[in-house]
Amino acid sequence: MAEIVPLRDAVAGLVHDGDSVALEGFTHLIPFAAGHEILRRGRRDLELIRMTPDLLYDQMIGMGAARRLVFSYGGNPGVGSLHRFRDAIENGWPHPIEIEEHSHAGMANRYTAGAADLPFAVMRGYAGTDLVEHTRVRPIACPFTGEELMAVPALRPDVAIVHAQEADHDGNVQLWGIPGVQKEAVLAASRSLVTVERVVDELEPRPGGVVMPGWVIDAVSEAPGGSQPSYSLGITRRDNDFYREWDAISRDRDRFGAWMDEHVMNGVRA
Amino acid sequence: MSPADSGEVQTVVAARRLREARSVFIGVGRPSTAAILCRMVHNPELVLVYESGTIGAKPHRIPLSIGDGELAETADAVVSVPEMFNYWIGPGRIEVAFLGAAQIDRHANLNSTVIGDYDNPKTRLPGAGGAPEIAASCGEVVVVAPHSPRTFVEKLDFVTTVGHGSTAVITDLGVLEPDADSRELTLVQTHEGVSIDQVKEATGWDLAVADEVAVTEPPTDGELSALRELVSR
Repeated sequence: MAEIVPLRDAVAGLVHDGDSVALEGFTHLIPFAAGHEILRRGRRDLELIRMTPDLLYDQMIGMGAARRLVFSYGGNPGVGSLHRFRDAIENGWPHPIEIEEHSHAGMANRYTAGAADLPFAVMRGYAGTDLVEHTRVRPIACPFTGEELMAVPALRPDVAIVHAQEADHDGNVQLWGIPGVQKEAVLAASRSLVTVERVVDELEPRPGGVVMPGWVIDAVSEAPGGSQPSYSLGITRRDNDFYREWDAISRDRDRFGAWMDEHVMNGVRA
Repeated sequence: MSPADSGEVQTVVAARRLREARSVFIGVGRPSTAAILCRMVHNPELVLVYESGTIGAKPHRIPLSIGDGELAETADAVVSVPEMFNYWIGPGRIEVAFLGAAQIDRHANLNSTVIGDYDNPKTRLPGAGGAPEIAASCGEVVVVAPHSPRTFVEKLDFVTTVGHGSTAVITDLGVLEPDADSRELTLVQTHEGVSIDQVKEATGWDLAVADEVAVTEPPTDGELSALRELVSR
């Protein structure tokens, strides 16, 4: 059964240097508070896994926490580049990072295979693209028809971290709105942490609600506003102005560092 | 009303392309603006599908991201990412796809991964996202891109998306469609006031030109005022 613990303790206990960590949330419910706590705990050499690195991984890469990045779309949606992501890949700043990239369909299927405890997933895709020689996929023949398909390896992160609207006192969790790949990430990972906007006495059924029972989650931490500047449908709104402002903040290494010191690190030196 | 600029013409032409469509898959930016405009002026039944999992979204404003709250709140159905790709896109349930790209070649292959060498890139672009499977599965693929030699190149630095299903490329200068036999992109339409030479100069390969090149019917007052009203919301 999930323990309800302060975020600081949950991150300290579940995320270690060198771990593969998936912080998921597709545009919606991105676990910023938990990612920032990882930075304040000074965790290093992480393999960061996320379909859309978004501002959160831009920040974690820029602070030097990533050894490796596994992803499918590294942009600031509707705005342009992720400048810390680009600086790391183009110039090796603050240090070089290894990358493994897929298509969205590939990543989604990799999580699905991980959640199902299967070694790989089968899909149509990748054929004819240059991705084939730069990532981990293998053609595979259908044993029934002979059709050539593509196999993508299962994702099995050490830790999955997601954000949801609500948990009850037993650590059962419910999220609603765009569900992304959060359930798959939690079920694929060895350990999991869910941050929530609030802990309630009883979960009330919601249209499209995704419920994860507390016994598949290791820790639940209350983190009100913990998905900002993304959002938690029904509770907070996406801060589109901040997504636009991030372009200028992140473009310059010094300005980025100063912003992180002031708004995230709270005096802690990573 | 002031005359339409080239970007507005591009958006209006892209919106007209969806007049008869049942469903369209769209990313952010001009494709999204065009699809919302089409729902406003031509085809109110058009089903908008965003890769965040929102099927039948009815945004009143142009969303900044593909996952803005308004898309989820107004959608007929909201599904997970694995469901979106495996149950909806993969089997070809979405009729038309609107895609953008940093580079496009004469066969409508697209690059959204990298400029320069993959291991030592000049510019690292965002990457594939949903494009490869979307382009492979939707019946009709329309590319919406700015027309310049930087974008329309002889050889892609990286093939992110194979262009086999592409049916049109709509730019700020005109419209290219694949030739029926060679499948090579061919200029079939220019926007009002744009010369064929101008389009050829903005293309990084020796652009094929159709025997008869149509001229875009200029945006009507209704289209243009709806577009401007939408953008100002």
